[in-house]
This record gives sequence, C-alpha cells and structure tokens, in this order.
Amino acid sequence: MSWETVIGLEIHAQLATRSKIFSGAATAYGAEPNTQACLVDLGYPGVLPVLNAEVVRMAVKFGLAIGASIAPRSIFARKNYFYPDLPKGYQISQYELPIVHDGRLGIELEDGSSTSVHIIRAHLEEDAGKSLHENFAGLTAIDLNRAGTPLIEIVSAPDMRSAREAVAYMKKIHQLVRYLGICDGNMQEGSFRCDANVSVRRTGTDQLGTRTETKNLNSFRFLERAIHYEVERQIEVLESGGKIIQETRLYDPDRDETRSMRSKEEANDYRYFPDPDLLPVLIGADFIAQVQAEMPELPEAKRARFVAEHGLGTADAALLAASIELAAWFEAVVMAAPGSAKLAANWINGELMAALNRDGLAIEASRISPAQLAGLLRRIMDDTISGKLAKQVFELLWSEGGDADTIIDKQGLRQITDSGAIEAVIDKVLAANPGQVAEYRAGKTKVIGFLVGQIMKASAGKANPAQVNELLKRKLQG
Amino acid sequence: MSRRTITELARALRAREVSSRELAAVALARIEAADGELNSFISVEPAMALAAADRADQQLARGEGGPLTGIPFAHKDIFCTAGVKTTCGSKMLAGFIPPYDATVVSRLAEAGIVMVGKTNMDEFAMGSSNETSFFGPVRNPWDPHRSPGGSSGGSAAAVAAGLVPAATGTDTGGSIRQPAALTGITGLKPTYGRVSRYGMVAFASSLDQAGVLTLSAEDAALLLGAMAGFDPRDSTSADLPVPDYAAQLGSAVAGKRIGLPKEFFDAGLEPASATAVREALRIYERLGAKLVEISLPSLALSVPTYYIVAPAECSSNLSRFDGVRFGYRHEGAQTLEELYKKSRGHGFGAEVKRRILTGTYVLSAGYYDAYYLKAQKARQLIADDFRRCFADVDIIAGPTAPTPAFRLGEKVDDPVQMYLNDIYTIAVNLAGLPGLSIPCGFSAGLPVGLQLIGPHFGEGPLLNFAHVYQRETDWHTRLPPGAAVGAPSGAINGGIAPEGAPTGAPTGKPR
Repeated sequence: MSWETVIGLEIHAQLATRSKIFSGAATAYGAEPNTQACLVDLGYPGVLPVLNAEVVRMAVKFGLAIGASIAPRSIFARKNYFYPDLPKGYQISQYELPIVHDGRLGIELEDGSSTSVHIIRAHLEEDAGKSLHENFAGLTAIDLNRAGTPLIEIVSAPDMRSAREAVAYMKKIHQLVRYLGICDGNMQEGSFRCDANVSVRRTGTDQLGTRTETKNLNSFRFLERAIHYEVERQIEVLESGGKIIQETRLYDPDRDETRSMRSKEEANDYRYFPDPDLLPVLIGADFIAQVQAEMPELPEAKRARFVAEHGLGTADAALLAASIELAAWFEAVVMAAPGSAKLAANWINGELMAALNRDGLAIEASRISPAQLAGLLRRIMDDTISGKLAKQVFELLWSEGGDADTIIDKQGLRQITDSGAIEAVIDKVLAANPGQVAEYRAGKTKVIGFLVGQIMKASAGKANPAQVNELLKRKLQG
Repeated sequence: MSRRTITELARALRAREVSSRELAAVALARIEAADGELNSFISVEPAMALAAADRADQQLARGEGGPLTGIPFAHKDIFCTAGVKTTCGSKMLAGFIPPYDATVVSRLAEAGIVMVGKTNMDEFAMGSSNETSFFGPVRNPWDPHRSPGGSSGGSAAAVAAGLVPAATGTDTGGSIRQPAALTGITGLKPTYGRVSRYGMVAFASSLDQAGVLTLSAEDAALLLGAMAGFDPRDSTSADLPVPDYAAQLGSAVAGKRIGLPKEFFDAGLEPASATAVREALRIYERLGAKLVEISLPSLALSVPTYYIVAPAECSSNLSRFDGVRFGYRHEGAQTLEELYKKSRGHGFGAEVKRRILTGTYVLSAGYYDAYYLKAQKARQLIADDFRRCFADVDIIAGPTAPTPAFRLGEKVDDPVQMYLNDIYTIAVNLAGLPGLSIPCGFSAGLPVGLQLIGPHFGEGPLLNFAHVYQRETDWHTRLPPGAAVGAPSGAINGGIAPEGAPTGAPTGKPR
C-alpha cells in the first residue's frame, strides 16, 4: 500500500511598511541592535499600541488578490507567552476574527499540470525581537529592532500533496506579495518564511494523519528538503508500527534533517483574548473599492497580455511575468524600441538573464538599462548591425556602459549594406575558391554555405547576410 | 479655612495675593509636616515643583496662563513622569524612572499645574484600602486607624488633609470614587475613553480610566477640561470635542429626573450612610428634581464579572514585568525560568499575584468560555441595564460605598469582603460610564459619599448636579481634624493664610 503526503503551509510575510505595525519606529533591516525600537516596541509600562493604517491596506490588497473575503470587522488578540525577545509577554495577533479569510490560489507545476490551494485565512500580527545566543559567552543578547514589525500570516488548507506542490505554492505566494508591493520577499533577511504542516496517510483514505509542524523554513529548497525528510521519517515510523507525535520540529539545513522542538503537551497555552488596547478594525465597501482601484496587474493577467498584445510565446511571456520588476523592465524596452517585443523577449530571457546570473545580480541591479538595450535592438531592427555582432555590443554595454551607437561606430561594427562593397568581397572569395564554385555549378548547391562563411569571415562579420546570400547566388548562377 | 479650592487659589494668584512659589512651598511644608503620619506620598519633588512654580509665576506676571497655572498638584504614582520615579505602589517598579510623561501629566503640565510629588496607591491599583502598597498603607486624615480607601488612597488622603488642593487618580472598579467617599472629598471618574490612558501603567485596560480627586465639583470640571480629549497615542480615547465643563456649571436641575436603583439601597448598605444619602437626595428634590425608583437587575453580576475581566486583563498586562528590561530583577537566578519566577515572585505582592493567578486561570484553554466569555456577556447585560435606565432618567444616584472608612487591617485578609466594598462602583466601570462621588454627610464622624452616575460622555450634566448640590451644602468644606497641619502661616500673605490654626498630627496613635 502506498502513502499519500498531505501538506499545509503557514507563510509569514513581512509587510513592507516604513514603520512598525503598532508604533512609529522604523522597520529597516540591518540597523545597529536596539536602535529601531521605541518605548512601544520595548513594552514600557503605560505605552499603548496604535494600528498602522498601511498594514490594513496591504492585508486587504492581499485578500483581493486571492479572491478572499475581507472581514468587515476583525479583532486583534493577545497571544500570551513569556520569552525575552517578546517584550510585552504577549504578541498582538489575530485569532478568532482575521482580516482576510477564504481565498484561493491556482498553482502550476513544472510538468504543466495545475491545482489550486484554499487559503483559510490571512491575519495580521507583530513580529518578535531576536535572541542572539552566539558571541556572548554563555549569555543571550536581545535585539528588539524586529519587535513590532508587521507580518501577514497566510494559512493554507492541507491541500498540497507533494513537496513540489508546496514549493510551487510558496513560490506563487512569494511572487504575489512582491507583485502587490506588500513584501520585499527577502528570504535571507527573514522577510518571507514558512512553517510546514506535514502528515501522511494511506492512499485512498480520507482521514488526515497526525501532523508535525516544521518551523521557520526560509528558502524554497529548505521547504522541499524538510518535507522530504519529514515524509520519509513519518512513513518509516508508521510502517514500523509506531505513531506520529503531534509536535513542533526544526529543520537543520546543515544535517538536512528535522528535529523535535516541543511536543503538543509542552506547547504553551497562549490564553488568547481580544486586546482591549485596540479597537476592532472596521472595513467598509468604500475602502475595499479604493484598494481595488490601486491593485496592480497580477501575474496571470500580465502573462496573457504579453501574449495578446506583444505576440510573445507563452513560455517567454511566463518568464517575463515571473517578477513584476522583470515585466516592467521588458515593457520599458518595448516602449523605447517600438515593435521590438519579440526581439526584446529573446534578448532579456537570453543574454540579459545569462549576464545577470553570471554576475549574481537581480534585475533591479542590472548593469544595463532598458534604454541601453532598446538602443541596441533598434540597430538590429534597422540592419545597422547583425544579431551576432550585437552580442559583442551587448557585452561592451554590460562591462563598460555607454550607448549602442557609439560602440558600433567606435568598434567599426556597422553592417556593410553597400552592394558594391559586398560584391567586391564576393569576387575575391570566388576567385580564391574556384573548386567550390565548380562544385556548386555542377549541382552540389550545399557548398554555398562554405562560401557564405568565407565571405562573412572576409568582411569581419559585417556584411549583411541577406545581401550576401542574394548577391552570391546571382553571381554563381550568372 | 485651611484648604482652598483650585478656583479660590487661581483667583488669589491672579490677584497677586500669593505666588505659585509660595503655594508650592506651603504644599511642600505641609507634606513634610503631615506625611510622616499619613504616608500619602511615595515621592516628593521639591526642586522640580519650585522650578515649575517659578515658571508659572513668570507666566502669571505676563498676564498669561489659565485657571490651573501655578496650582500645586499631585499625581497618583501610576502615571509615568519623565525623570521622576513611577512605582505604581510596587516593589517591581520601586526604582523605575520613566523616560516619558503620560498624556495626562503632559496636558496638565501644559495647563500650568505644579506637580509637587507622586501619591501612594494600592500595588498596581489592585486594592480598595491602600494596604497592598509596597510603600505601606495610607492613613485616613479623619481617623488614622482607618483606611482612606483605594486604590487612589494617597491622592484622596493628600487632598482631604489639605496637602494639595487636588490630585489625579485612576478608577478601574471604584478607585477614585470610593477613596473620595471615605475621605470626604470629590472624586470624578470620567467616561471610559474620555481621558487618554497613554502613560498610565495598565491594570485592566478595558476598565481603567484617569480622573481627579478634588475639593469641589468645580475644580474637577476645570481639571477634566484640561485632561480630556482624543490622544493619537491611545486608540481607545474618544475622538469627541471637549466641552468647557467649568463654564457649564450652575444650570438648574429643576425637572430633571434622578434614578435611584433599588439594588443600591439594599441590606448591605450601612444605615447611617443610607440616611445621609437619602438626605442628599431630598436636597435635589427641593431644587425641583424628580426622584424615580429604577432597577439594575444585573447589578448582582457586577462583582463576579469584574473579578474575571479585570484579572484576565491584568494577567496579560503585567507579563511585561519579567525582570528583563526594566523594573525589579532578582539577581540570584541561574536560568531564564528562574529569572522569571524569582523576579515576579519577589517583585509582586500577594494581591497582585492573586489576581494574576485568577486571570491566568480564566483565560486558560478549557476555561475561557466558562469564565471570560460568560463575563463578557454579563458585562453586556449590566451595560444594557444602564442604557435602559438612561432612557428614562438624567442621572442615577446612590451611595458610593456600603460603609464609611473601615479600620486598617480589618479586611486585608478577606479578599471577598474587600471586593464587596466596591459593589456600588464596579458596575459603572463595566458599563464605561462616568461617575463621581461627593461628600454628603457623616456616619459616626466619618464622611459618607453620594455617588452620581451619568450616561456616556455626560460629564457636563454630572458635574453640574454635583456643583448645584455643593452650592446648597457645605459637606465638601468640612475639614478632617488634622487637615493642613504645620502650614507655615508666614509663608502666605493676605487672605490666603490658613485661618484654622494647625491642629497638629492626626488624632489618635496609629497602630
């Protein structure tokens, strides 16, 4: 009998606000420890939280993007537990009435199949600070810069059946929050992370198995590895007659395994209750309409438009629409070089991607701008330069900057389109290769390829290939 | 007369009969002389007070400032004061110096008030007798063997004894009104949300409200006008305009309807107190108001409801006192858990621990619905009772406390008896209504308080009811035997000098 894997994810996305969810302190990453924590973040006696309106706007944006219900009235609750990096002794979160509930997200797998995941809820909460256990010789240091940073926790139903689906779902959410501009998606900095609830059951049964929750997975690969490990572990336990214990586990990437952190019995009783310091969040139709009007074009719509409007293939369109930055980059090129869409797609998905990957850069940090690429594409389109030589120009633009026209002139790469000049080269090559000319005339027309190569070589690649072909045939036949 | 109201002092300051510096010096001297016995202050700030008084005098000399400019004043030690120790009556915060001012503190400072010190209180405002203070009990100026009530007992005693003309208090279940009643002064608890809670160390966030203890309703109106109003730092503060309460005083009460809840006049009310309250009501009748019997059937639920809601909130609010960032930290801890246990175990007193335990229990998995949720429903019933009554009456009146001041030590070992002392005040907090207590007579030489309760944001009419009563009676001017002891008469010129000769320490020897 085979086993079926069941996965649900809780994704924590840090909202890209300038200030914290309940205080005016800045949220920038990487500041000196405890320099971005005000009295509210420190939980000083007497201070009170005040909700950052931008956080609500962002949550509503997310809700609309997944077709979810936006609660007309949602409530902040206190989750009570003691930990040194939790200054108030409770985390302000949402419990019974979250701001967003019941949405759905379609995901496509690499093999072309697709499925959809029910998102049960998305709620707002504040992040805790950080406990630093290293470098303090037996002591623990606390950095409260992160305390009070706004998070949206996105809770899926146990709808995924494989690690691949889980990764595809997490990537889809990652793409979405970045499209919406509500999260920078930076996983190294912890802006986007997830907890994976994993269980297995006999194929064909309906009842869910006992699950474990693996915490704080901050890369797609870790998510995939952790699920694989956990599924294998659980099957092994069950097949050897054991039972799965409901518990919280941690993934250790160095040893590529998950380890038990605490069992259900050891879990805190969080004593949730409505936070009396905060009023219910009331959201009216007006506000929702206002946010709706601000919604950016979402990935699917953009992809479809690239196909319809620019005539791109679906694969190229999907690659370009993968991130909102890349899509914007593409559209900027097309804007500056009208009619270049297909060419632009080829160049971006080809040369540009290769160069970015080679230098380990994100599109925002590209060493060449859309205007620079557009300048080059214009010269390809008007036959000033051949596609082959254009690659040389691209490399120079990438490494030294400047504009395509200057480089083409300076390097003497301008295509030769003067038929007289091309004919002179052809004559020279034909004179030097009488044998091949004879073969052609004897019916072995394939030899023309060799001759074209020689002509191109003789012109240092600058002769217009179409003209070369045409003139050569005429001479050979004539 | 050795005690002067803010209104009287303001007039004297304007007339240049006295300076703010002189008033501050008198207050400091009176505290010095009397407070060894009373124990109404936790800290006194002479240098700060005199500097603020000098600034007020300069303002007054320029013809600037308002009715509160230059008035000596005290804050309950629950309000954070920048650079000044704020203990909340607890060992936990015995050395805590906040880096910021509570909104109430900064608003009154802007109005020119001169803070001379911080008053004693029940630990974290949990108590009805001031006996839970880490800094020792406060004595009632009317009888030093007796409690001044609590939790704002220090403020009540200081005002009643004439050390300062007024002080702030906070009222979560009666902590302003009950001590005002027990010490024979005026105490106002505004509507929940009327005054910002920012900077007030939280006890039970949905019930806590800042108010004042004064010598007259007129003074309370002046102070409320300066304190009240929306505060962007407190989401629960009401974004409503603040009326000029003082200017609205003096309108007739003829034709107004006063509701008397029959549950307020039950067997639990001490007979002499009942008599005093009924006498007071007759004054209103004489002024043309109509007395109407009403019923608050859910009132009996108020004490149990309160002792679920308030501990639940306090158990969470007091979690921040963990020995990690501020406040008391036990130095003998080897592990994190020990740090928590020892710091909290040694830092909090017995009553605070009792409430944290109760609150933790009622919020626990499996008990939440049976206790916390049920209490929320009961709270709604209580609020509905009041709403129904206010459809028919302008104001509700009754006793503030079931008995006059009780003896120190009498109830401290019996929490239920202590909790029942707040039986008439607690429902008002649960419903978020404004309430006040004014002196209305005596029971065996001890003051009795009349409680008036208004509809939400009805402080204006509420204060007016109290004011017209105080125009007709002089209970609020009666002095405890030891009031204003040791006031150096030479420090004050003209008509402001204390007329009554200092009568020495409060009569009787404290136990």
